[in-house]
Amino acid sequence: MTLRIGNGAGFWGDNLDAPRRLVESSKLDYLTLEYLAELTLSILARLREKDQSAGYAHDFLPVLKSLVPALKAQPQLKIVTNAGGMNPASCARAVAAILAEAGLADTSIGVVAGDDLLPRLDELRAEGCDFRNLDDGRRLADLDQPIVSANAYLGARPIADALAGGARIVITGRVADASLTVGPAMHEFDWSWTDWDKLAAASVAGHLIECGAQATGGYLSGWEGANLADVGYPIAELEADGRFVITKPAGSGGRVTQETVAAQLVYEIGDPRHYLTPDVNCDFTTVSLVEEGPDRVAVFGASGGPAPEMLKVSLAYRDGFMADGRLLVYGDDCVKKAHECAKIIGLKLAQAGYEYERTSFEVLGAGAGVPGLTPPPAGLKECVLRLAVHDPRREAVERFTREFAPLATSGPAGLAGYTQARGEVRPVFAYWPTLVPRALVPPQVDVRNAAQWLASRPPGNGKGPH
Amino acid sequence: MNPIKLGDIAHARSGDKGNHANIGIVAKTEPAFEFLRDELTAERVAEYFRSLRPTRVERFELPNVLALNFLLHNVLDGGASRSLRTDTQGKLLGTALMQMEWGGSEP
Repeated sequence: MTLRIGNGAGFWGDNLDAPRRLVESSKLDYLTLEYLAELTLSILARLREKDQSAGYAHDFLPVLKSLVPALKAQPQLKIVTNAGGMNPASCARAVAAILAEAGLADTSIGVVAGDDLLPRLDELRAEGCDFRNLDDGRRLADLDQPIVSANAYLGARPIADALAGGARIVITGRVADASLTVGPAMHEFDWSWTDWDKLAAASVAGHLIECGAQATGGYLSGWEGANLADVGYPIAELEADGRFVITKPAGSGGRVTQETVAAQLVYEIGDPRHYLTPDVNCDFTTVSLVEEGPDRVAVFGASGGPAPEMLKVSLAYRDGFMADGRLLVYGDDCVKKAHECAKIIGLKLAQAGYEYERTSFEVLGAGAGVPGLTPPPAGLKECVLRLAVHDPRREAVERFTREFAPLATSGPAGLAGYTQARGEVRPVFAYWPTLVPRALVPPQVDVRNAAQWLASRPPGNGKGPH
Repeated sequence: MNPIKLGDIAHARSGDKGNHANIGIVAKTEPAFEFLRDELTAERVAEYFRSLRPTRVERFELPNVLALNFLLHNVLDGGASRSLRTDTQGKLLGTALMQMEWGGSEP
């Protein structure tokens, strides 16, 4: 048996049509959709604070609507997604409403939860968890800013359990991205949860497809002629022995070569001998890649060791406010004028009595992308001035955003873009990576059909702060 | 002799891990990998990105896929959530590194 798992979304904001195009152009057993970057959950937590029925990746709803015809025509097709975010049960109810309206009320939906540690932080601290910051060693008790979200990365097991319980659609909160693929593989192949090499193979497959088109020629040098407007999203074809092939739909854009797959293998990793997931300690240095046909790369040899006893936790805390603003600066002396504009804005703010905790000054077009790496080129005719500030006081950041427009009449000549200049003031959710013992985080799995989810009662009474 | 540009002999892709950035380099040929294994040291990458003030640069080897992985510590202005830069996640570092040059002929 070959198990075909495709990924149609690599992050929240990815192309809305990609999932539908993927399932229409290839027969998949599983479609995975990944929506949660490191800090997405803190944004979702804020949304849930304002509305208890919110807090999930609502991009998934229009995507699901677009997938209804495929769900009807392809009985084998299942969906596994972390779109549940901070509120997987609420996401399941919204999904159920779409399915019921489409005549699919008997579709079984599994919800995986238990990752949300925010309501349990005091209890877990009493158990002895000090949630030390992995980067700087600080203890959570020494943090004086409010915590917005705290989610453990769950693994593949509750996903496999939901599938074993009959779910056709599995909606999770925070799980390791690779586990979206490992769950279906474990369920279908019935591998042992201590067969580390098989778990490693499935995790490598998941890691390779989790960022969507980055495995199929997207975001790579050599992009010319790659037809990225039609880029095909990646598919892993897994065999029972743990070997798999990375490919993409026939006729789609992009390409799958040893290079595109290798570039994704080393994407956002640390030590390749110890790629840790909740499922396995993976070794990427034993993986072999072989091109076995056009846009087909065979992957084998992944190896692994026992899964870590500690689960990673992504915790976020409120850390003041931030805003940025931009102006287009034109003319032979544009870089000089950009510096002058920044100086004027700084002096105006100082006159008004504002100093900021952190500030940033960039001249885009003059090498600001990587600060200090390249000097501004001679003869530049235009550039973009971008300023940003970060401060605990919202009103101070608000005032900063007002200082761009006055330059329309009081700054040097050759400025444009005032209407877009004024940036939005946004709260900052700072990241606190930490760990929690696995034994203290039991996953919860709840499988019901769409009609039952619709009849289930949401917690609380809808809107309003809790 | 023509200078060698890293981008001519390898692909690079970078991303974030909190306040650290990683840059994965995939050589296009085996000789290119051998050349980079000798030449593209952690020290050389740290020196290239000195303006970002990395507190540490680690290099990992994946000869099985002709790749090197660099982990640049504390170069992202606080990481994706706090960074005030346009490139909050260090996405440009890979492309930037591909512009690195050596004197001499292509391996």
